[in-house]
Amino acid sequence: MSEAYTPSARQLERERYRRARSRRSTAVAALTTLVLLAVVVALVTSAPGWPPFRESFLSAHYAKEALPDVLRGLWLNLRLMVVCEVCILALGLTLAVMRTLRGPVAFPLRLFAAVYTDLFRGIPLLLVLLLLGLGVPALRLTGVTDSVVFWGGAALVLTYSAYVAEVFRAGIESVHPSQRAAARSLGLSYGQSMRHVVLPQAVRRVVPPLLNDLVSLQKDSGLVSILGATDAIQAAAIITGRSFNFTPYMVAGLVFVALTIPMTRLTDYVAARSGGLPVHGNVL
Amino acid sequence: MKLRSLVAIAALASAVTACAQEKDDSTAPSSSSAPAASSPVLTSPSPADTGAASAAPSDSSAALPASCTKDSLATRTKGTLTVGTDKPAYDPWFAKDDPSNGQGYESAVAYAVADRLGFAKTDVKWIVAPFNSVATPGRKKFDVDINQVSITDERKKVVDFSSGYYDVAQAVIARKDSPIAGATTVAQLKSAKLGGQIGTTSYQTLTDVVKPTHKVAAYRTNDIAKAALKNGQIDGLAVDLPTAFYITAAEIPDAKIVGQFPAESGGEQFGMVLEKGSALTSCVTAAVDSLRTDGTLADLQSQWLAKTVGAPVFGE
Repeated sequence: MSEAYTPSARQLERERYRRARSRRSTAVAALTTLVLLAVVVALVTSAPGWPPFRESFLSAHYAKEALPDVLRGLWLNLRLMVVCEVCILALGLTLAVMRTLRGPVAFPLRLFAAVYTDLFRGIPLLLVLLLLGLGVPALRLTGVTDSVVFWGGAALVLTYSAYVAEVFRAGIESVHPSQRAAARSLGLSYGQSMRHVVLPQAVRRVVPPLLNDLVSLQKDSGLVSILGATDAIQAAAIITGRSFNFTPYMVAGLVFVALTIPMTRLTDYVAARSGGLPVHGNVL
Repeated sequence: MKLRSLVAIAALASAVTACAQEKDDSTAPSSSSAPAASSPVLTSPSPADTGAASAAPSDSSAALPASCTKDSLATRTKGTLTVGTDKPAYDPWFAKDDPSNGQGYESAVAYAVADRLGFAKTDVKWIVAPFNSVATPGRKKFDVDINQVSITDERKKVVDFSSGYYDVAQAVIARKDSPIAGATTVAQLKSAKLGGQIGTTSYQTLTDVVKPTHKVAAYRTNDIAKAALKNGQIDGLAVDLPTAFYITAAEIPDAKIVGQFPAESGGEQFGMVLEKGSALTSCVTAAVDSLRTDGTLADLQSQWLAKTVGAPVFGE
């Protein structure tokens, strides 16, 4: 739009009409939403079991009691998430590069990466957790920690690296061969062409699924609690176990959602910025 | 257009609530009879040598009100007593992970209660009831649940309890080479790494009575807790006394009972769990009371939990 532009009467009319339409559709959307919410609330609160339900799931007293414990537990989730994510990205990228190596010499590396991803994508995370968290300490190796948080984190890294490696591999393989050929013809070595030409494009393209895995890791970090470390959900479970009141779970759920929403917004923002994939439509 | 997401959320919420109204077949209308709030203090079982005292029908249902008979009880299924317990069902409360064989203390108690109420052995149906299904308010799939659940006032707000069928003490077990293997007072446990199972009073005892410097490890199942104890990942594990005797005798031979906690005033009891306001509560309580009065509970304890004496008590 240049400054000298003055919209014609017809254009103004058009804009007015569009504004009116959009106001109208917003009003309709708001109305239907409110009606639906009202129906849901009416249905739930008129249920015969609503008073005991409210006492068991929405008790202010227990919410107050649970919040500090849940937040203390969440601190473990967050630490695990950050540390594991760094390790996962490094290991996942290494595996992906190994698997995309060319030439017969690199066959053992390709084989290893393929077997690794097959294996760890196949084994349920819970089993890896139990095998590492209870199995390794059972070996009584000297100098090896038997911290459940460490081994729980290791299990997360091993399992998630397999997923992330596949994401990276998809990214690497999506870069057009002509890019690599051009890089090589400019005299870049294989390593250099990977580092300066292929990987930057590959990583940019797979940022959304990577962040997807990060959000998923954030929730799965709680599985470490099966080994006895107390995360947010387990902190809630302890209070619930004592009191038969389920409000702590609701608190933990809300805390996780409160954590996930900013993460999701960040995901969209990074994806939009990265330019790897155009973001169509709105963010919601 | 952020509203679109709001609509989606609302739709989702309505779907969830629609699904939540799960139809439970054959729901007995629960009259809101007040639970009989009687929790007499039990005498500890005398290790009487009653040989093979089985829970044979004893025809002494005279103590029970006339309304407490099989045909007049509003059970989930007419003429059947549905009993819940978690899986796996642990020794010495059950045997061979099969609650229906009448072996193990809680299985025997369940059949004795059923017998008092006029149910034959074949009228008793066992179902798996995970801990969380016992703790929720609202309709239950079982008539009674027997699963080492301690009676507390806090829990009474959500469910009904029968009177107590077992006076329970909490204990700490440890490997013989553990730093706390020789502990004789609660204070000596403070610096140790301790663990307990979520939802048990054993765990509560650690956090409320011992208050150790290390965070208490909370386990979802006793199996993982036992593995951690074996591995030396925790120095000590808190369990109820019969379980402590069983684990140290049969499951982890190189573990010992470090000690049991002194009983608090009023003591702690295991009770059967019923739906809040269940019509059966008063009858089940009457049945448990009559089993206590005529010595059946004591007999069953000496039969299935004979080895619960002789553990040292922690000093302050």
